Amino acid sequence: MNSFGAAFTWLNDPLNWQGPQGVPHLTYEHLYITFFAVAIAALIAMPLALGLGHRGRGGGFTVVLTNVSRAVPTLALLTVFSATAIGFGNRATIIALAVFAIPPLLTNTYVGIREVDPDVVEAARGMGMSGSKVLFRVELPLAVPLIAAGFRTATVQVVATATLAALVGGGGLGVIINSGFGQQDRGQIVAGGILVAALALVAELTLAFLQRQVTPGHARGPSRRAGLDAPEAPDFKERGADPSEPDAKERAVSVS
Amino acid sequence: MALPYGAFIVHSTREVSADEAPANPWFSWQYVEDNSADLQRYLQQHIILTVESVVIAMLIAFPLALLAFRYRWLVTPLLGATGILYTIPSLALFAFIYPFTGLKPTTVVVGLVIYALLVLVRNTLAGLDGVPDDVREAARGMGYGRARMLWNVEIPVALPTIMAGVRVATVSTVALVTVGVIVGEGGLGQLIFRGFNSDYHAEIMTASLLTIALGLTLDLLLALTTRLLMPWSRSRS
Repeated sequence: MNSFGAAFTWLNDPLNWQGPQGVPHLTYEHLYITFFAVAIAALIAMPLALGLGHRGRGGGFTVVLTNVSRAVPTLALLTVFSATAIGFGNRATIIALAVFAIPPLLTNTYVGIREVDPDVVEAARGMGMSGSKVLFRVELPLAVPLIAAGFRTATVQVVATATLAALVGGGGLGVIINSGFGQQDRGQIVAGGILVAALALVAELTLAFLQRQVTPGHARGPSRRAGLDAPEAPDFKERGADPSEPDAKERAVSVS
Repeated sequence: MALPYGAFIVHSTREVSADEAPANPWFSWQYVEDNSADLQRYLQQHIILTVESVVIAMLIAFPLALLAFRYRWLVTPLLGATGILYTIPSLALFAFIYPFTGLKPTTVVVGLVIYALLVLVRNTLAGLDGVPDDVREAARGMGYGRARMLWNVEIPVALPTIMAGVRVATVSTVALVTVGVIVGEGGLGQLIFRGFNSDYHAEIMTASLLTIALGLTLDLLLALTTRLLMPWSRSRS
């Protein structure tokens, strides 16, 4: 328990809150990496998922992509990008993390579009809507709750894995843990752990709240308390816990 | 996996450009041959860490899920708690465990067990919840008691979903073991990291590919096991 006391001492030291290695700057760097990684992933995944979902093709492709990406260690990709011409530091990190943010965005958006009631799509067609109008006026708005779930999963995952950037010369809050291990400073190690865990939990709670805001009341589960559910638990409840489909993401993942 | 052209590049540039930077190919069979002992050792370490973590996680998750299945009020706190633990980034988790366990494989195993819990608990519960009421009704009609129903009916019917959870947990664990480098016990991650520090591309790539191959192989083995264990589920998919 000594280490936790030392961690609070570390956190109370004003020197650790200043300069380029200070907590505020590293937090900013962490969020900056996260924002750009998710933005790049969205730019790639969203058009692809909308197109595939609208045409109803590529379901197998998204499942395979999700399964394979699960097997790729984040550290491996971070290292590979850091060791190439893409360069040291944050650029390599952003690209590597964007790659990992694509599967959840792709799968959720695809499933969201696919799960729109076919009768609704039929009705929209019958009203004379063109293909793109059906997609943007009908399918996309109805898919928003699942797309939001995808953004939440992807963002929380990127916030978590951005920590690993410190191992390969990148920035972000992982730097505190990594240099703590370098100096065998248990207080700093635990302090870094606390900061990283706090950031991840805040990101999770914030995004769970936002996801709830864009999910219509009837699609929410009966007994949901904001954020304290398991990361994907809301979907799990919404879907009535069908055995083969624990939730939209797991369903894509669990059967191959 | 044999990529002899990498090795070829090594030999050709070695002769041509003595004054230029040495070749640093991503794929080199020469590397694999020269370092087969290291590759084997770290692969073995990786497998041991993975299997230990997943097995221990199953031994914890399964009873917990059965308990929550029996006492429903446990579901929300159980999924909530494992969900919060799951949200904590791996490096932070290792940082918390480290003061108690030190620079040992235990640190990595404890962390990975915590990670695997959520998927295993959730899938086990989902599997048990998904047993059709008709099936339960029929079993009850045949005189099955609660315990016998659980072991002979509910668990076998839930097994495909449970195994799907085991597969996801195993593949994620294989990938996460690499983060163990922070305490010097990262399996093949040690080689990835060593390759990064000495800027040895072939070492980074070989260890990365081996890690991916290990994950996919274990996934395939588990998928085959599922099929052998449950002949009745074959026709469904």
